Amino acid sequence: MTFLRVLAMILTAFCAAAVSPAQADDAALRGIIAKFAETGNYSQTRAIVAELAASGDPAVAGVLNALADGDVHVRTSDNQVFITKDAGKITRVFDPLTGEALGEEPKNLFEKVKVNNSLRRAVRDALSSLTLGSADPAKRLQAARTMFASPDAASIEALDAAIGKERDAGVKAALEAARAASVLISDLPDDEKRGAVERLGARADRETLSLLKAFAERSKGDLKAAAERAVSSIESGLAFWAAAQNVWYGVSLGSVLLLAAIGLAITFGVMGVINMAHGEMVMIGAYTTFLVQEVIRGTAPWLFDWSLAIALPLAFLAAGAVGLAIERGIIRFLYGRPLETLLATWGVSLVLQQTVRTIFGPTNREVGNPSWMSGSFQLGELAITWNRLWIVVFALAVFAALLYIFNRTAWGLQMRAVTANRRMAASMGIRTPWVDAFTFALGSGIAGIAGVALSQIDNVSPNLGQGYIIDSFMVVVFGGVGNLWGTLVGAFSLGILNKFLEPYAGAVLGKILVLVVIILFIQKRPRGLFALKGRAVEA
Amino acid sequence: MITRRLFAGGIDRRVLTVILLLLAAAVIVPVLHLAVPPSSPFHVPNYIVALTGKYLTYALLALALDLVWGFCGILSLGHGAFFALGGYAMGMYLMRQIGTRGVYGNPDLPDFMVFLNWKELPWYWYGFDQFWFAAIMIVLVPGALAFVFGWFAFRSRVTGVYLSIITQALTYALLLAFFRNDMGFGGNNGLTDFKDILGFNVQAPGTRAALFAASACALAFALAVTAFLTTSKFGKLMIAVRDAESRTRFIGWRPENVKLFAFVASAVMAGIAGALYVPQVGIINPGEFAPANSIEIVVWTAVGGRGTLVGPVIGALMVNGAKSWFTGVLPEFWLFALGGLFIAVTLFLPKGVVGAYDQWRRSRRDRAARKAGRPPAGEEPTPGTNDVQATPSSSVRSGPSSGGAEPQPAE
Repeated sequence: MTFLRVLAMILTAFCAAAVSPAQADDAALRGIIAKFAETGNYSQTRAIVAELAASGDPAVAGVLNALADGDVHVRTSDNQVFITKDAGKITRVFDPLTGEALGEEPKNLFEKVKVNNSLRRAVRDALSSLTLGSADPAKRLQAARTMFASPDAASIEALDAAIGKERDAGVKAALEAARAASVLISDLPDDEKRGAVERLGARADRETLSLLKAFAERSKGDLKAAAERAVSSIESGLAFWAAAQNVWYGVSLGSVLLLAAIGLAITFGVMGVINMAHGEMVMIGAYTTFLVQEVIRGTAPWLFDWSLAIALPLAFLAAGAVGLAIERGIIRFLYGRPLETLLATWGVSLVLQQTVRTIFGPTNREVGNPSWMSGSFQLGELAITWNRLWIVVFALAVFAALLYIFNRTAWGLQMRAVTANRRMAASMGIRTPWVDAFTFALGSGIAGIAGVALSQIDNVSPNLGQGYIIDSFMVVVFGGVGNLWGTLVGAFSLGILNKFLEPYAGAVLGKILVLVVIILFIQKRPRGLFALKGRAVEA
Repeated sequence: MITRRLFAGGIDRRVLTVILLLLAAAVIVPVLHLAVPPSSPFHVPNYIVALTGKYLTYALLALALDLVWGFCGILSLGHGAFFALGGYAMGMYLMRQIGTRGVYGNPDLPDFMVFLNWKELPWYWYGFDQFWFAAIMIVLVPGALAFVFGWFAFRSRVTGVYLSIITQALTYALLLAFFRNDMGFGGNNGLTDFKDILGFNVQAPGTRAALFAASACALAFALAVTAFLTTSKFGKLMIAVRDAESRTRFIGWRPENVKLFAFVASAVMAGIAGALYVPQVGIINPGEFAPANSIEIVVWTAVGGRGTLVGPVIGALMVNGAKSWFTGVLPEFWLFALGGLFIAVTLFLPKGVVGAYDQWRRSRRDRAARKAGRPPAGEEPTPGTNDVQATPSSSVRSGPSSGGAEPQPAE
């Protein structure tokens, strides 16, 4: 009865998932079920089963399944129909439609609704027609997948019928896979099984792999060989997907690194200033998102899906303003003393962290995902979550925007001029102090919007920025400064390298290896991958 | 002979005073602690001995950093790593001394290894049951790491902030590594529960007093050595590399060798500081590798005055005294204070407390001289201020080519 149980499982899942339109007919269904009390012979029972199946409501699965198991009983005192479970002297009673527990009663009050084998077959057909025959392709697909996961030789006929009727290619493939899986455990002739093995060999997932491996163990001769061939082809397919997954995780990590590092690259490239408080700008962006969401939750909950869009400019402005204040207040007095700038900005970062800790508390703050950022979708064997995908897209968008500012605007031209030759730029009339100030504000603002993105995948706590600062430095050092492309390449290659090392070396050791690789890399190219060419002599 | 050499080189009176003070403290504090009854006002209580002993190791660490940063221009943000490595070497010795007195009573394996189900001692733990071996390792491990790292870094001319960042990455990598249980250094919890050092109970007042004296003597000795180093010809070379590395290279010196020597010497000092620190606090764990700790060392040196020898000692004592006070009275304000200290020192006291004091005294003397109608330049130089005067204003600039307070692109 595995098959029936599986179907019932699917059906109850549907019941829980959606309020089906047939729910309005609750009373009608109860009316049909009540007829079980009057049934005198098998054919009458069969008619009731057919009637239930005709209702098309998945809610009846429970009672049908119970009927096949001989668990439907009638209370003799008032002719009410229940699903029951034997528990020694007493019996547990459940509602036939909802499956709700109604208590315990003595056994002798109940009379069983009798079933025979032909009736069981009728029940099974009714159940499969409820799912495999459902009008909704998603339901059919779900049914096919569940049947694939727990194959049953008895279901081959029903599947054959369903395959014949199926129009949707995706559902059909799933049905065929389910059939093939069922064939493998059936006692059908070897030719059928060979076909099934070939059919399954075209898939590449772990479930099929374990299925075929189990089959290869118990089969003999060329059937075994065929199964083993299929296993190895699936394994190579899986290896491909594993690599694809590593690349995807690497790209995802790389986009996070890119967001965190690109602001740093700008300030470091243009001004030679190491901003140790950069991570705290990211944190400010994340807390801005938190505040925006708090306000929205309190005043206009319907705006929640827009909260990130609202938080983006605010985070940019907030972090940018703090950056401007730091530049005007501290850093401009320390130009030409990069090591001391590093120390002063470290002090700033301590102060900012402690400020946030005092205001918001040291614990993590809850930042919600808007609906369009939650959930995931399947690409082959790859589960891609929407928030990761959006962050990759967002990081690339930020990168493109910065590239535009750098290469196509007057401000960008000035920034590049100052980077190339500060004194010459100044003598051409560029106000280098203002370029410095706004470059710093821009870099900080970018960190702020990075914080908005990171609030979606990381804990929003006062230590948020600390976790990214060293990695960001590594990206900048690796990619080379003064060149946005260097940061892009640096971020993605470090991200992917990290994720490829992780399975072999573990997360921590992988990270250490990456750091060692960078330290060695600096030996070869002390100025990074994309060093600016110039005539400046190192001091 | 060495003393004559030191005096001939012009060892400054101030450094000598501090050395003598330290040696005096090494005698007086233990005596006051052990011999004077607790009821007497002159009795030094247990916690003061432990606390100041700890501070003295910090001061030694700050002095080590000053040697590379103040005199050679290498801002290391990873000196905590050398300190912690020295500490771990000492910790391993102390772990082996526990013997069968551990929770599990295993004569060979430390408790955490028994707990992790290890069957035998890893090879790198061999020999640590002997103090002489541990002592060699305390010097050798940080020194070797500094040598390898410095050899790579200085040879390929990684300088300035790049060097700072990769030293930070170095200590960060070690932090991650030591957090791993598989490394065999106790993972997260580190090494603790020490019982004996050289056969004496670590907790006993006598041992604590001896450790205090050892720390004070080590600091005094390190001061003498650095004073000797910095006033020697090599010291002039270090200052030349700091102020004008390219020029020094063009004259025909090898700046990378100068830097490498200074870096290794400094790492060894830091390792010794760590080894003295561990028995006094009774624990060493991977937290010592945290980049934040290493940056805190920098602020001790900066507050006291880099490029001076007594500055780091004073700075370490002052900042840590303030930290103990703050964490006791206003715990949530300590980070504000520390952050503010970083900013204030870099903005207003680029030469630290000692440098500011010297400047103030010099300007007062100049004014007095002007009042008396004498030219200030004719002032006889006080030997005590030599050290600071030898530090030209360009010491706080990144280099001679910067030519003024304007940003430098990171090229």
